[in-house]
Order: sequence, then structure tokens, then C-alpha cells
Amino acid sequence: MYKLEKRPNPSNLWAYLTPFLALIATMIAGGIMFWMLGKPPVDAIRTIFWDPLFNEQFAAYSRPQLLVKAAPLILIAIGLSIGFKAGVWNIGAEGQYVIGALCGAAVALAVYPLEAWWIFPAMVTAGAVGGFMWGMIPAILKIKLGTNEILVSLMLVYVALELLSSMSVGVLRNPDGNGFPGSRNLQQYASAHNAEIWQGSSVHWGVVAAFSAVVLAYVLMSKHRLGFQIKLAGAAPKAARFAGVNPHVITAVCLGISGALAGMAGMFEVAGPAGQVSIDFASGYGFTAIIVAFLGRLNPWGILAAGLLMSLTYIGGELAQFIIGLPASAISAFQGMLLFFLLAGELLVNYRIRRAAPRTVKEAA
Amino acid sequence: MDWSAINPAFYVASVMVAATPLLLAAIGELVVEKTGVLNLGVEGMMIIGAVCGFITAVETGSPSLGFVGGALGGAALSVVFAVLTQFFLTSQVPTGLALTLFGLGASAMVGQSYVGIVPPKMPQLMSGAELNAFERIVLGHDAMLYIGLAIPVAVWAVLRFSRLGLILRAVGEDHNAAHALGYKVMWIRFGAIVFGGACAGFGGAYLSLVRVPQWTEGMTTGAGWIALALVVFASWRPLLIILGAYIFGGIAILQLNLQAAGSTIPVEYLSMSPYVITIFVLVLLSALHKYGISRAQAPAMLGRSFHASN
Repeated sequence: MYKLEKRPNPSNLWAYLTPFLALIATMIAGGIMFWMLGKPPVDAIRTIFWDPLFNEQFAAYSRPQLLVKAAPLILIAIGLSIGFKAGVWNIGAEGQYVIGALCGAAVALAVYPLEAWWIFPAMVTAGAVGGFMWGMIPAILKIKLGTNEILVSLMLVYVALELLSSMSVGVLRNPDGNGFPGSRNLQQYASAHNAEIWQGSSVHWGVVAAFSAVVLAYVLMSKHRLGFQIKLAGAAPKAARFAGVNPHVITAVCLGISGALAGMAGMFEVAGPAGQVSIDFASGYGFTAIIVAFLGRLNPWGILAAGLLMSLTYIGGELAQFIIGLPASAISAFQGMLLFFLLAGELLVNYRIRRAAPRTVKEAA
Repeated sequence: MDWSAINPAFYVASVMVAATPLLLAAIGELVVEKTGVLNLGVEGMMIIGAVCGFITAVETGSPSLGFVGGALGGAALSVVFAVLTQFFLTSQVPTGLALTLFGLGASAMVGQSYVGIVPPKMPQLMSGAELNAFERIVLGHDAMLYIGLAIPVAVWAVLRFSRLGLILRAVGEDHNAAHALGYKVMWIRFGAIVFGGACAGFGGAYLSLVRVPQWTEGMTTGAGWIALALVVFASWRPLLIILGAYIFGGIAILQLNLQAAGSTIPVEYLSMSPYVITIFVLVLLSALHKYGISRAQAPAMLGRSFHASN
């Protein structure tokens, strides 16, 4: 018989190993899933993880895409991870992302066709403020009345999605668009376009923001007192209160930061890769970022790596659709599976498996 | 706008149909939460139930078998949650989220070749255009709707009057005491989670086979989350789940009718109303609890893992 024994302290070794083990387990389970769909399993896995980086035909296009897709994931996941550390469950990042995009785009469309240097910074600010405000709705309700932030933030996603479709056929619709839904294309508006910073690098301002967020989050969580208080509030809420940490402040900070970052991510996306406000603008980054946050073990550097990996599965998934006809939704099932294995791996970090000595008759009696 | 376009008997009958998936998913989650487990994967289990039920019904030609398939699908996914939270001791919130994310992806994958198919129709006790209001509201439904109404009553009776109900509640109120008394906390929770999964799958199947009836990607559109809110709304009382589900069903159908009747309120704002109202209800309830007008009835162990050290 084997039994579980709680470790006095979480194992550092296993903490580093589990994400890799989870990834391998997901590849095996995913391979079985693809095989059941009638697709060659090894080819599918290779197309997802190898071809976007090294295939001679496609790598030149897909490699730069890696950063474009990773940036919003990292930006959102960094914000979420701070909240998850504190036990504040913001699962409405998708809504904050949409609202950020709407606010950012609204600024640009309001001043169109004016060209000025301050337009882009104003859009970034508007995006961050929009996401922040959307995140503060569950925060204020939680602080003032104790309403469950999980349900409120999630419900607000659906509200934001309806606002998005209302805006793209209403106020923000392109007046020269012959009545088609969707706003003006911001890629054709120089002052508002979130363009590549260096030609051909595909590094846009969102990528810069994502990397900065990683560094700032590292400083906040490892070097600053507020970061310590956030971690304390999550690990030992009672001890935190005795130490004078105000749980309301922690709730507001966590939802505020994650809302603002998600809002910025949405703004960079709408002004860059997406280009316009349209009904199908929301693409689920806000939900995938939850997986990224856990894959990175809620650590900023881990999230950086996890965001790149998850972006790889997106691009690889698109390639697999194109090359071997893998259905688009297979990749989101694959990502969900990864989260299962990651969570299961947590067992090895916190517990050790011991062989229990067979109980003797005397003991049992 | 033309209010006369809304026929009261049709309205009530369709509210009952709209409420049933919510009611089923919520009553399952209520039992799960009563044992102290918070499963946020309701949305995922519902949509897996919707797709499994739909496929079973289309392939066998029997809608009743479809419901069995839906319940089995939801239960199968909930086993993943049960194994992870009970044996791998994962925290319940992220595991539930994983269930939802996986369920949405997997269901879209499995169901992609079933989009646009019309499922076999579930027979109704009475049907036809000439039914009077009483017949339409009370008798004009399929058997599953009545089963859906019976389940909360049965759950209420079991929780309140039976030994099993006492054990379930004991595990949810104090798992250490229940363990000390010799009850297998893990397995009792395991059973409750699978029951919850089956109910959510059943509800999902009702959505794809009766309510819509069609399969489309992501067709639950938050119904699982509304079911979670319903459990809070009902203060963990089974019979109040029926009331809550009918109120939410009423809102959902009302906004659809307003859209059809050409209301001056834009479609998008009508479509967001069920979610906004859910938030309002949650806020109202927490205000009532905060100012001591009513008491929160959440099981004491809700969301906490149990690991017996010996």
C-alpha cells in the first residue's frame, strides 16, 4: 500500500519539474486524442511543437508570430497570477480585455483623422483605465458587500461581449464602411497604429509592455512589501490580518492590476494585429491566460516561458489545421488538458508518496 | 412595439422549457456543494452533456437515449474533477476552471460534424396548435421536464429526511468529524461530484435536444455559470432552486420575446440582461447577508480539501 504524506515544505525540485512532466503527459494524452480523431498522432504533435519554429517552409512566417500571440497572453496572465497568489479569483479577464480594446479604439476613432504623437499614449491609457474600471466592478462589490468575485467577473465577460457587438454595429462603426459591421481599420491610421517597432521583428508595443510587466511583477512580488502582503493574504489570510494587511486593499489591488493589464492587452491587440473593433474581436486570450498563469506556476519568469509555449500551441494548432486538417477546437481541448496535468502534478510538490508498512494484526486491533 | 405578440400561455410554457437546463445543473451543483465541494466546471460538464446527448440521440434516433448519453457524458467529465480534487488533492477553483476550458474545447471538437443537424424530437404528453392554456402549460411538455421538476423535490426529501442526506450534510459541515465517525469523506464527495456531473450533463442534453434544439459550438453561453449563481440565490435550499430557475428562465424568454416583438431597446442590451440581472441578484443577496436581514447558508467546508493524515 502507498500513502500520501504532506511535505513540511513544498518541494523545489518538483516545482520546477512538474510543468515539464505535465507537458509530456499532455503530449501523450493529446496524441491519443488526435489518434482517436483519425489523425496521425506523432505528426500532429510535431506540427504543433516543432514546425512553427523549425519547418523550412513555415518557420519564417510563424516564428515572429510567436511574440505577437504571446504578448497578450503574458500581459493578462501576469495580472491574473498576482490575484491568484492572493486568492482573488478574477476569471473575467476576457471582459476586461474587450473593454480595454473598446476604450482604446474609441479614443483613436474620436480624434480621427488627426495625426499627433500623443494619440497612441492616450489610447494605451484609455485601454488600461477601461480594463481597470471593468475589474473594479467585482472588486468594489466584493469589498463593500462580500459578493463572490468569481461569478461577477465571469458574468461581466458576457456583458462585455454584448457591448462589443453593440459598439461594432453602432457608435464605433466605420461611417465609410458601406454599412458593414466593424470600425475603421486602425492599421491605416498612422498615429493610432500599434506598428512594429523594428521592421520585420514583429515586436510591437504590446510585446514591450508584456516584457516590462514581467520585470515589474517580479520586482513587486519578490522585492516589494506589497508583494509580500499579497502572498501572505493568499497563503494565510488570518496571519495576514493580524499583521495588519487590509484584505480589502489586496482585493482592490489585485483586480485593479489584472484589469488594467488585460485592458492594455486588448488595446494593443485592437490597434495592432486585429486592427479594428469587430464582433469577433474577442478570441479567448482572457481564458487561455488562466492556463498560462498556472503553467508558469504564478511566477513572472515562468509565465514568460509559459506564454511563449502557449503561443506556440496556437500557431502550431493553426499549422496543424492547415497541414493535417486537425479541427481548430482540438487545440483548446489540448490546452485544457495541459491544465489538468499541471494541477495533478501539484500533488508531487506538496506531498510525497510513501510506502506504508503493512499494518500488523496488533496495530489494527 | 407590439405586446400582443406575446401569448401568455406560450410564454409560460417556454419559460418552463428554458428553466429546465438551469434547474438540472443547479440542483446537481447544490448536492456537490452540500458535501463541501465547489465545482466551477458546471459550464464544461453542461456542454459536454449537450454534445454527448445530441450525438447519442442523432445516432440512435432515440431522444430518451440521448438524455442518458448526456448524463453519462457530464458524469464522465466530473470523474476527472473528482479524481483530481479527491485523490490528487488539487485546489477546487482552478480544477473547476480547467474542466470548463477543456469541456468547451472538447465539445466543439467532437461535435463539429453535427452542426446544423436537426435532432429527433422528444414526444410531448399533448401537442398541437389547438391546446388551451392549461393543457399547454401543464401537459404540453416532454417527460424530461417533469423529471427535472421531480429531482429537486427528491433531493430535498433525501437531504432532509434520510440517513444518506444526514451523512452528505455532515461531510459538508465538518469533514474531520465525519471522518472520525468512520465515513469515507473522499468517496462520499466522489459520489456527490458524479451525481452533479450527471445532472449538469442532463441539463446540457435538454438544451441541445429540446430547448434549442440544435448543436452549436459554445451553445451553453454561460448557463452553467448562471446555475452556479442559482445555488447561491437559493441559499443551498433545493426547492428554492425551482423558483430561481423559473425566474431566470422567465427573464431569458422575456428578453427573447421583446427582441421578436421589435422592442426599441437594442438587441445587444436585451441579450446581456440575464447576465446583468444575475449580477444584481448576487449583489442583492450579499447586501441582505451583510446587513443581517438573512443568513448565508453556505456549507462550512465549501471549497476546502480533505486529507486524512492517518
